[in-house]
Amino acid sequence: MADTTLPPGTALRGHGSTPGAPAAPANRRRRTRRATSGSARMAVLLVSPTLLVLSVVVLYPTLMALRESLYGPKGLDPQTGFIRATEPFVGLRNYADVLGAAGDRFWNAFWNTTFFTVVTVGLETLIGVAMALIMHRAFRGRALVRAGILVPWAVPTAISALLWRWIFNSDGVANALIGRQILWTTEGFHAKVAVIVAEVWKTAPFIGLLVLAGLQVIPQEVYEAARIDGAGALRRFWHVTLPLVKPALLVAVLFRCLDALRMFDLPYILVGAQKNSVETLSMLAQNEASNVRFGPASAYAVLLFLYVLLIAFAFVRLLGTDLVGDGGARKTRGTRRFSLSRRTEVTA
Amino acid sequence: MKTRTIRALPCAATLVAAGLLLTACGSSGGSGSGEQAGSTSFEGRGPITYVAGKDTTGVVPKVIDRWNKLHPKEKVTFVQLPTDADSQRQQMIQNAETKSDAYTVLSLDVVWTSEFAAHQWIDRLPEQRFPLGRMLKPVVETAKYRGALYAAPASSDGGLLYYRSDLLKKAGVSGPPATWSQMKADCAKVEKLPEAKGMSCYAGQFQKYEGLTVNFAEAVDSAGGVVTDADGRPDVDTPAARKGLDFLAGAVKDGTIPKEAVTYQEEDGRRAFQSGKLVFLRNWPYMYALAGKSKVAGRFAVAPLPGLNGPGSSSLGGHNLALSSFARNKATALDFMKFFSSEDSAGTFLKEASLAPPYTRLYDEPSLVEQYPYLPVLKQSVLHAVPRPRVVNYGDVTSAVQQEAYAALTGAKSSAQALKDLQSALQKSTGQ
Repeated sequence: MADTTLPPGTALRGHGSTPGAPAAPANRRRRTRRATSGSARMAVLLVSPTLLVLSVVVLYPTLMALRESLYGPKGLDPQTGFIRATEPFVGLRNYADVLGAAGDRFWNAFWNTTFFTVVTVGLETLIGVAMALIMHRAFRGRALVRAGILVPWAVPTAISALLWRWIFNSDGVANALIGRQILWTTEGFHAKVAVIVAEVWKTAPFIGLLVLAGLQVIPQEVYEAARIDGAGALRRFWHVTLPLVKPALLVAVLFRCLDALRMFDLPYILVGAQKNSVETLSMLAQNEASNVRFGPASAYAVLLFLYVLLIAFAFVRLLGTDLVGDGGARKTRGTRRFSLSRRTEVTA
Repeated sequence: MKTRTIRALPCAATLVAAGLLLTACGSSGGSGSGEQAGSTSFEGRGPITYVAGKDTTGVVPKVIDRWNKLHPKEKVTFVQLPTDADSQRQQMIQNAETKSDAYTVLSLDVVWTSEFAAHQWIDRLPEQRFPLGRMLKPVVETAKYRGALYAAPASSDGGLLYYRSDLLKKAGVSGPPATWSQMKADCAKVEKLPEAKGMSCYAGQFQKYEGLTVNFAEAVDSAGGVVTDADGRPDVDTPAARKGLDFLAGAVKDGTIPKEAVTYQEEDGRRAFQSGKLVFLRNWPYMYALAGKSKVAGRFAVAPLPGLNGPGSSSLGGHNLALSSFARNKATALDFMKFFSSEDSAGTFLKEASLAPPYTRLYDEPSLVEQYPYLPVLKQSVLHAVPRPRVVNYGDVTSAVQQEAYAALTGAKSSAQALKDLQSALQKSTGQ
């Protein structure tokens, strides 16, 4: 049935948003050029309020943070016992300290952050894809399963951290299940494990949800074609499903990475503040700021910002994550061509 | 390839917007006030605000209503902050950093006084306006910075030793222990009883948080040591302090303190005591009423904290009233602080919210003792109490204490090494 009619989504896109279909390339180019010159000014006009808001809420604070990171904490005047009125300008010393003797805490937080990101996102991807495949299946009670899988994602992080703190209590459920007493919230590798378990539980559904959306746009006939060609379930997954959900999956993984790099509330509430085993960069910056040392706090935050920027850039460059959407035209076009050629084979 | 690069840039830029917001929270610096303290003129009358953590008892609005009825032209509005002490402090600091006049009278945790005074976020107060002579001396000390009064003591709190009076009696122990070694000996006797099977001896608050600073300071003070001396200089690498920390670390090691107690905050310890897992527990007076409704009701009593060679010393809790430097109507504020911290108000807070008062007399009043049988013991506890380090950067000091004390308790460091490291960390953070 599906091999003769195009799915409505693909058909529409073929005529509308991607006019690059083999029909009239020359025609399209001319139209685009004229449209650009006419609508460019309009586009600028339409985008300018957004840019204004962004520069007020994003650009200005960033610049302020950069500036603040060049100042040290206010000193105490031993004579009067009062804190001096102004913050001394220290140039790049806050950054230099990170590399020097005072950097231990920063690097510990840096590696914790990186470790959490790599491990949680890795596990979430595996579990999330599995969840998506289950949710995608048609079976009785599917709605219930979908809802069940998505519940953790709907729980606010702070609340889930409290829930898990009960589970990982010294006489909590976790210890009762494994039958020995591990003090999860003390310093040590087990504290990291506790954070990872809680984080994966909460955010794997997010990847599951995005991958499910990706799965739903894969036309059924691709699978049928693959099956007729003799591909087993594993090969169908590896050579059909995975390449076709890759754009959605990459976006999901990227979002999760950036989220995990900013991790704060879960370790803060689940294990506690100032625990070396789970202190992340965000927690370190918050701790400095709460001790009224805004300069070093800004420096840590700026470093975290650069780290996040680097990861985001690497994702976009190396993996070709498609976020803006215009790049998607190329990719979906390719996909569709693939499915079209497949279909011709099938019908032939 | 080129299109890719161009496309990649705005992509990445959009993405990190969330990350940017984080950097923003660090950028609230600015210059403080240059004015000298000590020369405040308390002028201006009119409406003011009282800023404190969330009031769960309902007494605060009642007392404020009493004031508002008497002073219709100088109304006080109650501004409630979150329950969590750290967020209270943060909001008060934000208010001060922006020099806002939204907050007038601040309810400060006793350990914040030095920090707020040194930053000149609060005004120096005239001592003769407050009946300090009728208050317990250690409580008054918490309101001072460098010998000058910066806050009015409003409430206090001290640690108590809760113990299972039924088991002690059965084991033939005549009364609560006054020293640590007596406590251990009592435990040994109690643990021989069949009903004490599986019980542990002692616990306090040993999770890595403010409670650990309280318990560590108590152990050090009770052994005759100090964390910081009278001038705020750290002096913790001493034989006396080591005996204090050795008691805690040794007790965890030999099982006197159960292993899981390093995860205990106040409530965890209370649950353990109430479910019959502990013979002795160090906790605050708030637990008395709750334990009285639990399984161990009628089978426990309180005593002052034990020490190395005699009764120990407690750390001090409680709140002080301070006047924001940037507030208006300071004459009204001063009057209100006097009213709010008066013996009359303190009596109301004790009766209706069981807040320990700063006034000596209230601890001995028969009707109150009948209501709160622990009052005489609490009075002893507060009288022998030593305030936690009174230093400007208390946040750094308490985290250094937690870091090293926790390492010693969990066996990651010897107590000698922990104290040595703590001394150098404290010297660094207090700049001495």
